[in-house]
Amino acid sequence: MAEPILQVKNVETYYDKVRALHGVSLEIAAGSITAILGNNGAGKTTTLNTIIGLLDDQPDKGTIHFCGERIDGKETEQIVARGMAYVPEGREVFDELTVKENLMVGAYLRKDRQGIKSDLEKMFHFFPVLKDRINQHAGTLSGGEQQMLAISRALMNRPKLLLMDEPSLGLSPALVKMIFNIIPSIRAEGITVLLVEQNANMALKIADFGYVMENGRFVTSGTAQDLQADEDVKEFYLGIKAETAVKGEQRYKRKRRWA
Amino acid sequence: MLGQLIVSSLVVGSIYALMALAMSITYKASEVPNFSQGEMAMMSTYVTFVLLSSFGLSFYPAMLLTVGFAFLLGLILEFFFLRRAKNPTPLNLIVITIGFQLMLYGLAGWKWGSEQRQINLPFSESKVIVQNDVFALTELNLATLVIAFIVLLVIYLLIQKTKLGLAMKACQQNVNASKMNGISAYRIMAISFGISSIVGAIAGVLVAPLLTLDPSMMWDPLLKGFAAAVLGGMKSLHGVVIGGLLLGLIENLFGFYISIEFKSVVAFAIIVLVLYFKPSGLFDKHYVRKV
Ligand SMILES: Nc1ncnc2c1ncn2[C@@H]1O[C@H](COP(=O)(O)OP(=O)(O)O)[C@@H](O)[C@H]1O
Ligand SMILES: [Mg+2]
Repeated sequence: MAEPILQVKNVETYYDKVRALHGVSLEIAAGSITAILGNNGAGKTTTLNTIIGLLDDQPDKGTIHFCGERIDGKETEQIVARGMAYVPEGREVFDELTVKENLMVGAYLRKDRQGIKSDLEKMFHFFPVLKDRINQHAGTLSGGEQQMLAISRALMNRPKLLLMDEPSLGLSPALVKMIFNIIPSIRAEGITVLLVEQNANMALKIADFGYVMENGRFVTSGTAQDLQADEDVKEFYLGIKAETAVKGEQRYKRKRRWA
Repeated sequence: MLGQLIVSSLVVGSIYALMALAMSITYKASEVPNFSQGEMAMMSTYVTFVLLSSFGLSFYPAMLLTVGFAFLLGLILEFFFLRRAKNPTPLNLIVITIGFQLMLYGLAGWKWGSEQRQINLPFSESKVIVQNDVFALTELNLATLVIAFIVLLVIYLLIQKTKLGLAMKACQQNVNASKMNGISAYRIMAISFGISSIVGAIAGVLVAPLLTLDPSMMWDPLLKGFAAAVLGGMKSLHGVVIGGLLLGLIENLFGFYISIEFKSVVAFAIIVLVLYFKPSGLFDKHYVRKV
């Protein structure tokens, strides 16, 4: 692989005295879509928050390089200024700002008025409903509309790497489909995507590469095809029961192999 | 008579409105009331005084320097004191602002003593320049109204029309989401304290000719500004301005028609009543978060 756009090495992250990430390593190729899969509480959000520097004084150990430059220990806004953007879990739009203002916050670091204007149009092309709501407060939008706004806001920074944390969470199947259709279009713009999902089926369909996370570490990784074919991934994340799996004992063995 | 009462109320109310606005700007940014707001304004007023009387500057250059000083004072409070607290609770921050208040109070007492001085603004307190059947306005009254109006307008435009204002609003609502869009939340917080301190300083200079200059000069205006802010809803900028004007009016009407002795209790009574009946103030709108 050419120089990875993001390289995470042996990262350990603590919440107070409790270690949540136990030596996480990850490499992302420029221009790819990489998925991190895993159940609730596995440490996916913690991984993304650590990468973008939102956790004070974390990571405790390990290094993170972005575009060849070391970024662990830097302030979030400095990391963002280097070309990373984040669609956080739960969307986190600014409820009492209008849709337009939310998007302008996304463009906060930019000075090219013309470029901002044309990017606004591009967002309205991706998500026409946002144009209809342009002067509405984000707090009045539906969950799906807020997710579109959160994605657009992140794209307004023209990032090189986009982190997305469970963009499908809590959305109707139709909206989930729509969001997952947009992600390849984002990549087509030259933006590398790191996608965190519990919806492994959908994620592996669009991803090139995937990591599976359990209890604060990656237990397996591979190309999306390999993961889709992997018996364990099939059983535990894709909901396809392997024929040989005989409940307790078998499951225990498989889990152990990963740990 | 009523006309005169209303006009006088607007004059004093506009000073309350400035103090309330100053409180509100930092409250929105930090979620705590800044109890040193009054002393910061007092220090800035002393700076104006020294520039006018000792350095012989004329009013506008002196004001310009005062504005710079006030901004710096706000930055100092945020950068050297508030920011040093690790994962602070609101109570921690409040205690820091009280500490800063005591520090400034002590400093002013040491430097200028409790000797009472008079500040000389270029606006006369006795020269009546508007006079009609309904009311009369002195030069100072008019200057107070005009300057207060300009300050309110500038703050409004700053918050509604500039990138800095947008960043301030974003940080007030969600610090993490602001950071992940490249906003330095610390810098915005410091600037908010600086701007708030400027607004307070202007209120201090405008109120100074009506009082005598001494280290405790802002106690009463601060209490009034606080009452106005509570009345209008600490988090609503236009609310606190209306709160200030309304407080001026209520106070004056109460003083004239009911009891002049108890006029100064009105502000306190308003704080208690508002907190009892509508804690969010008259104008604060509450967002119900959609799940
Ligand atoms: N703010 C926090 N304080 C303490 N523990 C946390 C915090 N956030 C997450 N954790 C813990 O860290 C682990 C990983 O959580 P998280 O990264 O949110 O998982 P995921 O996103 O995969 O669901 C969980 O055990 C969770 O309880
Ligand atoms: Mg999560």
